[in-house]
Amino acid sequence: MKQRTPLVIFALVMAAIPFIPGVPPFWIVLLNNIGLAALVAMGLVLLTGVGGLTSFGQAAFCGFGAYTTAVLTTAYGFSPWLTLPLSLLVSGIAAVLLGIVTVRLSGHYLPLGTIAWGIGLFYLFSKLEFLGRNDGISGIPPLSIGSFKMLDPGTIYFAIWIAVLVSALLTMNLLDSRTGRAIRALRRGHVAGEAFGVQTPRAKLLVFIYAAVLAGLSGWLYAHFQRAANPTPFGAQAGIEYLFIAVVGGAGYVWGAVLGAGIVVILKEILQSYLPYIFGGQSQLETIVFGILLVVLLQLAPTGVWPWLMARLPIKPGRKAPDTSLPLAKRERAPASAAALLQIEKARKQFGGVIAVNDVSFDVEAREIVALIGPNGAGKSTTFNLITGVLTTTGGTISVLGHKVDNAPPQEVVKLGVSRTFQHVKLVPDMTVLENVAIGAHLRGSSGAISSMFRFDRADEARLLAEAARQIERVGLGDQIDQLAGSLSLGQQRIVEIARALCVDPLLLLLDEPAAGLRHMEKQRLAALLRQLRDGGMSVLLVEHDMGFVMDLADRVVVLDFGTKIAEGTPAVIKTNPDVIKAYLGATA
Amino acid sequence: MLFLLQDGITNGAIYALLGLALVLVFAVTRVILIPQGEFVTYGALSYAVLATGKVPGTAWLAIAMGVAAFALDLFAARRSLRLRNILRSLALNIVLPAAILALTYAFASPTTPMAVNIALSLLIVAAIGLFLYRIAFQPLAHTSVLVLLIASVGCHLALQGLGLVFFGAEGLRGPALSNAALTIGPLRFTGQSLAVYGLTIAFIVALWLFFGFTLMGKALRATAVNRLGARLVGIRTTLSGQIAFLLASLIGAISGILIVPITTLYYDTGFLIGLKGFIAAIIGGLVSYPLTAVAALLVGSVEAFSSFYASNFKEVIVFTLILPVLVLRSLAAPAVEEEKD
Repeated sequence: MKQRTPLVIFALVMAAIPFIPGVPPFWIVLLNNIGLAALVAMGLVLLTGVGGLTSFGQAAFCGFGAYTTAVLTTAYGFSPWLTLPLSLLVSGIAAVLLGIVTVRLSGHYLPLGTIAWGIGLFYLFSKLEFLGRNDGISGIPPLSIGSFKMLDPGTIYFAIWIAVLVSALLTMNLLDSRTGRAIRALRRGHVAGEAFGVQTPRAKLLVFIYAAVLAGLSGWLYAHFQRAANPTPFGAQAGIEYLFIAVVGGAGYVWGAVLGAGIVVILKEILQSYLPYIFGGQSQLETIVFGILLVVLLQLAPTGVWPWLMARLPIKPGRKAPDTSLPLAKRERAPASAAALLQIEKARKQFGGVIAVNDVSFDVEAREIVALIGPNGAGKSTTFNLITGVLTTTGGTISVLGHKVDNAPPQEVVKLGVSRTFQHVKLVPDMTVLENVAIGAHLRGSSGAISSMFRFDRADEARLLAEAARQIERVGLGDQIDQLAGSLSLGQQRIVEIARALCVDPLLLLLDEPAAGLRHMEKQRLAALLRQLRDGGMSVLLVEHDMGFVMDLADRVVVLDFGTKIAEGTPAVIKTNPDVIKAYLGATA
Repeated sequence: MLFLLQDGITNGAIYALLGLALVLVFAVTRVILIPQGEFVTYGALSYAVLATGKVPGTAWLAIAMGVAAFALDLFAARRSLRLRNILRSLALNIVLPAAILALTYAFASPTTPMAVNIALSLLIVAAIGLFLYRIAFQPLAHTSVLVLLIASVGCHLALQGLGLVFFGAEGLRGPALSNAALTIGPLRFTGQSLAVYGLTIAFIVALWLFFGFTLMGKALRATAVNRLGARLVGIRTTLSGQIAFLLASLIGAISGILIVPITTLYYDTGFLIGLKGFIAAIIGGLVSYPLTAVAALLVGSVEAFSSFYASNFKEVIVFTLILPVLVLRSLAAPAVEEEKD
């Protein structure tokens, strides 16, 4: 449990602070504010930094949490502890409703959409009669345990920081899991994740709800800390401020949220209390300086302060090597049957007036390496995208083991045992090779978000990582297993993609230009690996431009030109086919 | 009914201008320009202050920002300092705002013609816009949209705070551009509202011409699509950013000058006006100018009607208006793969 040591030390330090004699009570109030902000920012770290979904509306979710408890405790006499789950529930439900609408939004629409409903909700809070309009609700009862009431900042401090520490722990557990990897892959686009069975919209909605529930928790604590709730702290300004906290601290890091909250809250406090002394009573001066400092800070450390600090730390946190002896259940393989593994009949894809794939038909049998070749723009990658469900066909049928898969989503295709690599490498550069490869095994695990947060997923997780490690070893990247994927050469990244595809335990492996960027020796090793896979019962369909590599390796070659199949046969036949020579070298050759 | 629509269209035209500026800046620099609202207030209130014969603090701000920009230029070029570059930077960053300040002092009198005051306010705000890009955003040009956005919020806070320092907490109104009025049927068109319509249309046409038919406009669009690619073919992406900010600040200031005779503006009014322009820009998808203009008219009309029928929930209605539009848009255009951070 070495990784937990810093956390335990931090918890002990935080627990000790209120007991240090001479700590001004005002510091405790500040720490409370830091804790409250850190909770919201932590949700944003997951949502924005890790998942790539920018939200300005988090303050509104705090509002849901705070107002739920405010109304229920003051008007209906609920106990504050009873309103905790209700507050979280209300925030969560609000997140589901808003999330279903907004999470679908792509690119920059999402942050803009969140600004819009963030502001809308703020005005709603300040206009609704039963929420007390602009004055809000006061007289909220304090938290209490038995007859002990948490009236002063020094006691609710513990409630707040326990919430922060527990949330941090749960969040880190979540990130370090099967679901966490799916979330971390979101930021790099949805195609790669979906090719391995990740339900992207569901993963997005999950982080959205998670972040909202954390914000709701912060709002609930805020209401019982201030003993009042009014609309101001839940407006657009606050929403923007939470986002800064996350960005200043380091948007991808759980502890960045805590650090960022510390920096921003303390900075604001210092500016508010000292600037008037220096410059006289000029109001709003602190906003000016705060704004300027923020820009300066971003220019100095655009990725945030936490990673900047970590890079200067002499010790790097290590990671336990996975135990490769743990087995992972394999796919049941049907006994060799007469039916082809992959059947493509008159597959057609049109983009407007352009026919990218023109009624192409071919089969891939079991235990066979088929190469798909053709000049640039011949429709090879498009064919791959049709097979794997990334694109929908305009016509024709594609079936895998007799199941029709044309127009099936990628997640369904991969379930049938078809996995792929991409022409343009789609790895998550800031995840290690091991973690990237483990995404391939996504469908072979079953643990969900909740069980990951509470670490009930460890047995499942260990088996997934073991499988990933085995595949990395198999493709010969055992030494790079803990390096960040982004730090490898492009050729090695392609090999990582192959390992990831192998983690699916596929029947058919689709490789899009696997040898590009490899050196001669590496190509030979790759060819040997592919032959070994074929002999082990797998089929391979590959797109490749290196003719030496293809002709040496493939059992059969299919040639496309301008979207149309012009030849099919053994390498020896293809080499002498006049149409193929014409397509590659021109008419006069 | 009709007068509500008319009111909405006048406001909508202003939102359209701001929406256009936001689209422009976002397309070229990927910055979501929250301080756009400050350009509006700065333009409007500088004009109002000039009309009273005083020198607005914004003229001094332009100088201060120019000095900072000059310092940054020197620092960035510290390894290859050449006299020509220094002189150019000096002329742009120090001499220009100083000249503007000098002009402002020269003309500061209650009897100055309105046209001169307008020109001065535009000059001041344009300079601020230009330097804002140099100081805050040019060093961050390579970072993610998120970081740029946060920096943009930082600028907004700083500029809004400065606005309070310069103009005080009291609201100001400026003199109308024209007191003429025209009555057609039940509707009365003031010269001011006609000026609003005219200028909005002029700007939309001008932007369309600029981006569609000039080399510079095409260079800006190229920068928007691919920074690296644009640089490789010799487009100076920094210059593109500066031009975008220059245009945005000008448009902001003009909108401000157009509305300050109609409504009282406070130092922080700009933010909300900017946000509504923003909504129009979003509905327009941050890419299309005509669509943005239409959306802005819609936003303006919805605002006018809801402030009449449900004034309490006016803002709620305006800001949630965008959600169905966003959903429709993202259903119509399925998610595209995002490769970049």
